[in-house]
Amino acid sequence: MGPTLWCTDVAAQRPRGNMFPKGTKRKFSDSGEEAGSNGDQGQAASTSVAAPRTLTSSYSLQRQSLLDMSLIKLQLCHMLVEPNLCRSVLIANTVRQIQEEMTQDGTWQIMTQALAAAQCPSDRLVATEVLCRQTDPATAAQAGQSPKPFSVVGLEEGYHSEEVVMEGEVETEVTMSTLSPVSQQMPSASYLAGPFGMGPCWEEEDEDGDGEDEDDDEEDSEECVSEGEEGDRDHLRADSRTGEQVFGTFEIKHPVPPADPALEELFSDVDPSYYDLDTVLTGMQSSPKMGPYDLLESLSSHGPTTLSSSSTCRSDLNELDHIMEIIVGS
Amino acid sequence: HLLPGPGGDMQWCFSQVKGAIDDDVAEADIISTVEFNQTGELLATGDKGGRNKNQPQFRSEYNVYSTFQSHEPEFDYLKSLEIEEKINKIRWLPQKNAAHFLLSTNDKTIKLWKISERDKRPDGYNLKEDDGRYKDPNSITSLRVPVLIPMDLMVEASPRRVFANAHTYHINSISVNSDNETYLSADDLRINLWHLEITDRSFNIVDIKPANMEDLTEVITAAEFHPLQCNTFVYSSSKGTIRLCDMRNAALCDKHSKLFEEPEDPSNRSFFSEIISSISDVKFSHNGRYMMTRDYLSVKIWDLNMETRPVETYQVHEYLRSKLCSLYENDCIFDKFECCWNGDDSVVMTGSYNNFFRMFDRGQHRDVTLEASRENSKPLQVLKPRKVCAGGKRKKDEISVDSLDFNKKILHTAWHPQDNIIAVATTNNLYIFQDKVN
Repeated sequence: MGPTLWCTDVAAQRPRGNMFPKGTKRKFSDSGEEAGSNGDQGQAASTSVAAPRTLTSSYSLQRQSLLDMSLIKLQLCHMLVEPNLCRSVLIANTVRQIQEEMTQDGTWQIMTQALAAAQCPSDRLVATEVLCRQTDPATAAQAGQSPKPFSVVGLEEGYHSEEVVMEGEVETEVTMSTLSPVSQQMPSASYLAGPFGMGPCWEEEDEDGDGEDEDDDEEDSEECVSEGEEGDRDHLRADSRTGEQVFGTFEIKHPVPPADPALEELFSDVDPSYYDLDTVLTGMQSSPKMGPYDLLESLSSHGPTTLSSSSTCRSDLNELDHIMEIIVGS
Repeated sequence: HLLPGPGGDMQWCFSQVKGAIDDDVAEADIISTVEFNQTGELLATGDKGGRNKNQPQFRSEYNVYSTFQSHEPEFDYLKSLEIEEKINKIRWLPQKNAAHFLLSTNDKTIKLWKISERDKRPDGYNLKEDDGRYKDPNSITSLRVPVLIPMDLMVEASPRRVFANAHTYHINSISVNSDNETYLSADDLRINLWHLEITDRSFNIVDIKPANMEDLTEVITAAEFHPLQCNTFVYSSSKGTIRLCDMRNAALCDKHSKLFEEPEDPSNRSFFSEIISSISDVKFSHNGRYMMTRDYLSVKIWDLNMETRPVETYQVHEYLRSKLCSLYENDCIFDKFECCWNGDDSVVMTGSYNNFFRMFDRGQHRDVTLEASRENSKPLQVLKPRKVCAGGKRKKDEISVDSLDFNKKILHTAWHPQDNIIAVATTNNLYIFQDKVN
């Protein structure tokens, strides 16, 4: 079955007020209504007629889920065989689209502010299973750079502090998630996945045949690696050879914010009904045919092999199960 | 729902099925490509295990002619990654002599194979015994002329050329030029032109790799030479565009001669719009006037003289449009379906899920959904049209969308160049159907 992040019933059934940190709820509703009245995007248009707050919140939640899922997908393509570049490009483009839309309706800014204000506990899975390393604030500040479009930036060997930096006026940094203690057990996932499977260093080697990739890497790399991680770095280097080949990552800057229960709420309860995610995000409005049950569950009851059980999915699901076990266990 | 054809309605009947019966699919047996040769005499399949199987036609039946291991798994030491031996594409060369030639490619390397028959062997050497050992010259007392004597037919496949090290990214297409001397190979970001005789050099004719890989937003998904004009080829992209290039214009064909793109329908816009617009296959019609593209939900026919929109659009499985998020989650949305024309370009065919495949008759504006399954595999059993119920009341014999098996996908289909014989590949079985009239 799919990740449990996905399962919930749709907005209309329960209040969404507690989904967002206190103090930002109203702001979001306003921007939500703005987005609803925007109307040029199919899904927003279809929701502007009904109760704007509820449906728009649900839409945002589901959009967030799609974002999370996309990031997981990009990360989980660490196989022995080179990941599919076309698939990675398409997923990355989807992530960009979501980010752009979230930036436009102000959601991105709210989320980043909330995350910046809150502390991400080191042993919690937040938002996505995307991993990042703890950096101390000094090196994090050192590595401050001008915001770039959400995109893939070269990942260099040994560099494992990640940051997501956004375009334009949004200066704050987003902490997408952290799972640092666990990362030891999952070497291949300790980098944010570069979707394209090719580091610039490797390509130069292929094309020019010289081995000066190390120097090129150092020039580009962020100076975010803290001292305490030297040992880890070697471990990472040895284990995450696929990470090394990753030419790009979603960089996550992690300023170690304090824990905030509201933040936990923000990201822990991400489980929209699958069916409604489908309808909302594919811009179609139709009456629910399956009620509160999510699509995957109902399909799996029909037969052994349906939507939910492709073999590609299985290995991903095993990893996700593993992640969930660890979270629940801790 | 029957497609009319010459001499009345066409009815598709089961002819043969190849492959294991049980559901336990060995990874290596997964069929990855299917291709008839130009006469239809031979049908080649490639699988994930790197094997090619050729089946000749005999009394309308295809039987194994030869099987050979085309590619072996390799290890890229530079990147510490395995290179799969899975055959991505097979293309036959037009036959010039008694032997058959085909190009077979995995992710990185293209090989030219010669498939030849041997039905005679030499006998009566003077200096050698029958088993090959050399005779003692002193024991030879007379001379004789060796003769060729008949033997059991042996089909040999031998690699004649290996075209390697020209692709950094995964090869998705190969296409033989109508000049019979050159061919192109396309990977995610580049297209190379080869001469069939020369393996140590290829010319890069398309390169869409951005200077900064951060800026990469589009990849090449398929490419094909025009069947008649040796200077023309097309390539499709993950953003739903097709570019037609003329090699006479410039050495590097980065600037297209024509750009085919249909404007997006704003009412259908969603986060998945781009993904489902990504073109998984492009095929010229045999007459060279049209090309067909396959994206996730539809098949489009383009007139080469009109770039603004396709002349025909056929919905393959529109009922999946409301399920795109689920299909994204389980990666099915990235499935690459192929498509093919029939011999006279009047009908096109493509695969779908649940082992369904679809045919669209362009002239008659009719379409049919058929199923490749073991249950419908009695000899000469006529295939019954299938119907998917998208919602509301399900009629008898219809299948609801939620019951579809998304693990059973038909990605590869091929149509005999002259006759109404089709080859349809399920995960690990190859089905051959033919028109009852045959």
